Amino acid sequence: MATKTLPMFPQTAKIALADTQLRRNPSKPTTTIRTKRANAVAELPDWEALRAAGSAIKTKVMRNLDEYLLQLEAAVQHAGGHVHWARDAAEANTLLTTLVQATGADKVVKVKSMVTDEIHANDALAQAGIQAIETDLAELIIQLAHEKSSHILVPAIHKNRSEIRDLFLRTIARGQQLTDEPKQLAAAARTYLREQFLTAQVAISGANFAIAETGTICVLESEGNGRMCLTLPKTLITVMGIEKILPIFQDFEVFLQLLPRSSTGERMNPYTSLWTGVTPGDGPQEFHLILVDNGRTNVLASETGRQALHCIRCSACLNICPVYERTGGHAYSSVYPGPIGAILTPQLIGVEHAKSLPYASTLCGACYEVCPVKINIPEVLLHLRGEITAHASPLNPETLAMHQLAQTFATPQRYERAQKLAQRGQRLFMHNGVIDHLPGMLAGWTTARDLAPLPQQSFRDWWREHKAKEQA
Amino acid sequence: MQVSLFITCFNDTLFPNVGIATTHLLERLGQQVEFREAQTCCGQMHFNTGYQRDAIPLARHFLDVFGSAEIIVAPSASCVGMIRELYPKVAALTGDKAFIAAIDELIPRVYELSEFLVKVLDVTDVGAYYPHRVTYHPTCHSLRVLHVGDAPLRLLRAVKGIDLVELPHADECCGFGGTFAVKNADTSLAILSDKMHYVLDTGAEVVCSADTSCLLHIGGGLHRQRAGVATLHLAEILAQTEQEVI
Repeated sequence: MATKTLPMFPQTAKIALADTQLRRNPSKPTTTIRTKRANAVAELPDWEALRAAGSAIKTKVMRNLDEYLLQLEAAVQHAGGHVHWARDAAEANTLLTTLVQATGADKVVKVKSMVTDEIHANDALAQAGIQAIETDLAELIIQLAHEKSSHILVPAIHKNRSEIRDLFLRTIARGQQLTDEPKQLAAAARTYLREQFLTAQVAISGANFAIAETGTICVLESEGNGRMCLTLPKTLITVMGIEKILPIFQDFEVFLQLLPRSSTGERMNPYTSLWTGVTPGDGPQEFHLILVDNGRTNVLASETGRQALHCIRCSACLNICPVYERTGGHAYSSVYPGPIGAILTPQLIGVEHAKSLPYASTLCGACYEVCPVKINIPEVLLHLRGEITAHASPLNPETLAMHQLAQTFATPQRYERAQKLAQRGQRLFMHNGVIDHLPGMLAGWTTARDLAPLPQQSFRDWWREHKAKEQA
Repeated sequence: MQVSLFITCFNDTLFPNVGIATTHLLERLGQQVEFREAQTCCGQMHFNTGYQRDAIPLARHFLDVFGSAEIIVAPSASCVGMIRELYPKVAALTGDKAFIAAIDELIPRVYELSEFLVKVLDVTDVGAYYPHRVTYHPTCHSLRVLHVGDAPLRLLRAVKGIDLVELPHADECCGFGGTFAVKNADTSLAILSDKMHYVLDTGAEVVCSADTSCLLHIGGGLHRQRAGVATLHLAEILAQTEQEVI
């Protein structure tokens, strides 16, 4: 499948920034979750030790991923499950549709899963005549609205409750009395979803963690929809990125503390489901695990970039990001938005297809500070920027300007000449004593910012005049 | 102590007063200040924009200029951040073992101004006098790269006559981000718009910070709006005394 080149972030952001509803919607909830996270984290005296442990475990996993994957496969098979391997999205979707078709079902219920969004599993299922029903409330909302997720944890963060009421009245609650009270909206969704849970023969889930040692899969959620999907249908198919592995069961000690506190700001999430293969007479009697690569081994090959695979999808980096807070998730044009998306997406699909994403950051470092597994996002952003410029045409105006400036700055003589030239040349751009209109690449600066003119005396001029003689 | 001033190209060209203030301040505190005129630019803009190899000659030049200095002090958190965090990466790009070792040896001698005052000289009251309402914006690089903590605030709190007001959401980025401000001008301005709103809410006459790059951005926005709020570098406030106005 040919990889699609993403639209440029500055353009998509411009559209998002102009949407007043969007500007109000994401910032309020992200601020709330951000504060909750800070409080939940501050409670733990050993938070930094937990982060260090999380980072160390994930580093170990990436270093030995080949062995852990085989160990996981054997453990799942031993527990009565089936394991399938998918190189890319197309292979994963073929496996998925074939497995569903084999059950004879034309409808599946789904627990929220990022990787199935990444591979566009719902579209592939629909093409095979299978209806996939999202059961996480926010996922259901965006599915009904034919929209895309804008946040990892709260995919419908861009919608407010009156928009949701209108949507429900058009879809699952036609002809019903409904206000925009959250309680009523949730009740309408529950009525619809219960029927789906009770009639579905097949469920599809993702995985937060998979234990190589035991073959145990783990899903964390808040609404109980996951528990329904994971226990009621006869067949369960889990689609999982190959990086989701943890070596041993005891590693849950670290990750089940890190994830809920970072994600929802809770000490513990409401539902944590763990299952190992199949148990006769209890839960799904047929279990399939599809292990998806889809670009991950390319990420693994990069020494600096591979830490992006440590991500546990908590979304703390989105909630703290000054860019995400203003643009929302859609501007990133990717399943993974925000700072983690800016480093993961270009690596998964190739930097040449997502050239603007590594630049969609001020490098403020807030994401690194909150990351529960210490992914140094600014470091990876810089690494990817380096990859992008390395492949840029040498005649690209920015490249030329940067090389020229580097040469100018490399000797004090050239530097001072340029300084003098700027002091004189700036007159061309000055109006009423300020620079309010810059040309070319710098035009963005003056769209809403003035620039005071360069003083005619630089610091070095002052030093020569006042200090050099004094010290001589 | 012989303090070698790394003024940074940005301050040298755009904010010479910051260098003058830093010189006065350090001398008042009994330091011998020298200025090595061969200094130019640390290469941060190149490295952070992705032109990492272009930063190599600049890092080499920095080492040539400052290699023999006892202590190097810069009135810029982000340029010190570049040296401390990223020069090892620049050096690693060359594979030159001597260069890598020289950079490692140099880094512990480079300080941002507030770090130098509070951590090295162990002073918080520098004898400054500044009878104005001021709010302080802690820049991302001072907070999250250098981890200067509350050092600048401790210095400001000790200033005589100052009316220091807390900036709401102070630790959030102002939206500058170097070339981000022009590459993603719209998003940069959206972030700035909130920062300006917080600044205006404090009723301060002056926004103070340890980085003039962020101040160029915040001040540029405030000026365009004719908001009547000035921007000053930390050194420019700390340099003022009851006897001397810089």
